[in-house]
Amino acid sequence: MADAKVIPFDDDRSRSASAGRQARRRGAGSRRAGAESSAAGDVHPLPGATGRDAPAAPPRRDTETEQDAARQDTPQERRPAEDDGGLERRIASGLAFLRRRLTGEYEVDDFGYDAELTDQVLLSLLRPLYEKYFRVEVKGIDNIPKEGGALIVANHSGTLPLDALMLQVAVHDRHPAQRHLRLLAADLVFVLPLINELARKLGHTLACTEDAERLLSQGELVGVMPEGFKGIGKPFSERYKLQRFGRGGFVSTALRQRVPIVPCSIAGAEEIYPMIGNAKTLARLLGLPYFPLTPTFPWLGPLGAIPLPTKWTIQFGEPIPTDGYPAEAADDPMLMFDLTDQVREEIQHTLYKLLVQRRSVFF
Amino acid sequence: MGQVVLVTGAARSLAGRFVRRIQRDPQVERVVAVDAVPPEHHLGGADFVQADIRQPAIARVLAESGADTVVHLDVTGTALTGGSRATVKETNVIGTMQLLGACQKSPSVKRLVVKSSTNVYGSASRDPAVFTETTPAKSLPSGGFAKDTVEVEGYVRGFARRRPDVAVCVLRFANILGPTADTPLASYFSLPVLPTVFGYDPRLQFVHEDDVIEALRIAAHEPRRSTFNSGTFNIAGDGVLLLSQCARRLGRPMVPLLLPAVTWAGSLVRTLGMTDFSPEQIRLLTHGRVVATDEMRRTLGFTPRYTTAETFADFVRSRGTGLLPPEALVRAVDRIAALAPRGGGSGHLPTQSAT
Repeated sequence: MADAKVIPFDDDRSRSASAGRQARRRGAGSRRAGAESSAAGDVHPLPGATGRDAPAAPPRRDTETEQDAARQDTPQERRPAEDDGGLERRIASGLAFLRRRLTGEYEVDDFGYDAELTDQVLLSLLRPLYEKYFRVEVKGIDNIPKEGGALIVANHSGTLPLDALMLQVAVHDRHPAQRHLRLLAADLVFVLPLINELARKLGHTLACTEDAERLLSQGELVGVMPEGFKGIGKPFSERYKLQRFGRGGFVSTALRQRVPIVPCSIAGAEEIYPMIGNAKTLARLLGLPYFPLTPTFPWLGPLGAIPLPTKWTIQFGEPIPTDGYPAEAADDPMLMFDLTDQVREEIQHTLYKLLVQRRSVFF
Repeated sequence: MGQVVLVTGAARSLAGRFVRRIQRDPQVERVVAVDAVPPEHHLGGADFVQADIRQPAIARVLAESGADTVVHLDVTGTALTGGSRATVKETNVIGTMQLLGACQKSPSVKRLVVKSSTNVYGSASRDPAVFTETTPAKSLPSGGFAKDTVEVEGYVRGFARRRPDVAVCVLRFANILGPTADTPLASYFSLPVLPTVFGYDPRLQFVHEDDVIEALRIAAHEPRRSTFNSGTFNIAGDGVLLLSQCARRLGRPMVPLLLPAVTWAGSLVRTLGMTDFSPEQIRLLTHGRVVATDEMRRTLGFTPRYTTAETFADFVRSRGTGLLPPEALVRAVDRIAALAPRGGGSGHLPTQSAT
């Protein structure tokens, strides 16, 4: 890779520089948000408390408003609250939340997506992993439309689908409109107890044409990883080599619904569990598509299931518009293959660029 | 000349309500109610004919009444009075065959309405989240009421092919709930504690009895302007409730059991004859089922008055809450809230109750 470093990626460098600027701005904003939240919540904000609060309220969004500060207030259960007024407010909103949950007075959509639970509990549980563990850096978030349907197509890797969950947190936390990503998941997810329940509540649904088209026609942001098990369960030696993109069904779905395709490259997820072997017999016995053997798993037991703390970068590419094609284009196999290849190439190239840019796997 | 409507399965309370309601419609001249057993409820001014639709006698009843509209409501999941599952299946399948045979021979029949159920879609993990009328079921129901409805719909399709002059309307109702509904799901929700499948929180959809009557009325009459009432339609209230939400709104504690244990307990209860907790009920309570109702609105021109949540609220009002009434929980939370500022601790974790 050493000689690859001389390839100039001017547009990207400027982009990353602007991302850096954004990050700085975000950092400043968060400090402001911390002050705001304590100011809004409390009559006598203690300067010390604000100072201590600031690292607990890490940088999350580009736009900081009063409303935003209030939103940061809500998932308070996990945050140490030191000032009385804020605590009271947090307890009150926490109790209101508890009251709604206990009496069942909340709403889910047709797919079982529980917006309240996702916002206030599930994403907050994933956020430490996103911010502290994998330190995800997001580029090109503006390529996701502010509103209306869009199909995000990403690479898939890492033995466990942590990349999909991090992508969902990234879209929600970094996008100015805080959009929710509705992921399309493999059927295995909906067979497993507990997993299927959580997946539905997080807004995921089965990767099938019907569900994808329904979500897109409702103007939702849909995420798909067309590599599927081929991508997530590939051996470590094949990292960052995109696998075949299924049958390209996602392209015809996007064409039929006339929504743009946003290519997305996730770097860093490929190294979280270096899969050096695959116990196929055991996998078949357990009914799984693969059974990973890593340097630590299953030798160290549950300890071996801890992912490596790699540094991640998620880059969203330029959206590929689909509304220019005629209505019958969705049934044209050649166009399908062309567009599928275009998306695939774009993701693969961006992956290479990200790999060249990164200093190390862990930093 | 007004319509002559023949209604089967009139001994059931829902069909009885439909009979009483449709007589008040001005375009209806006469209603003939048919069932094998005399109904306990009154049927308004309708003529009751005691006939078993499993017997060829139904053809004579149909010919003598000169009915032009047949509303087939005798497709049900539970026996009316202590009948076995075999009797129910016979009434559903053989009864439908006999009735359709009679209709085919009758020149006067112009319209056929069949009550079906969204059970025909089955319930599996590989199914799309939302079924439309054209979605093929991934796993066809293997038995029980669901298989009956699949077979009934098959015969109805065959009839529609043979008699293209008859307007055939199949209404696939979601789980019917209401103050008087006697569906398997209603008896499930009446259990003091609700056994659930561990690790699954199915999405459920309900339709209110009143909406069932209205949908049947629309299907039984001439279509209104710019609507069309032949074909197959899903009928369900708007929105979705999770089983956990239902249990909390009903105030009945859930007892999560592992799936094999649920299947075993279900068969045990069935053997003892306590409830008709069939395998497809267990599948429904594992994977749930949601149907799209766009066709119902657009083509049939029917808008339900009750959403799924309102239907369930009405059901809860009629049945009363269980061991853990939601109001008591709210009071408990309020008591903690009153203690909290003084105690200074927020010792409870909403996370545990949330999922």
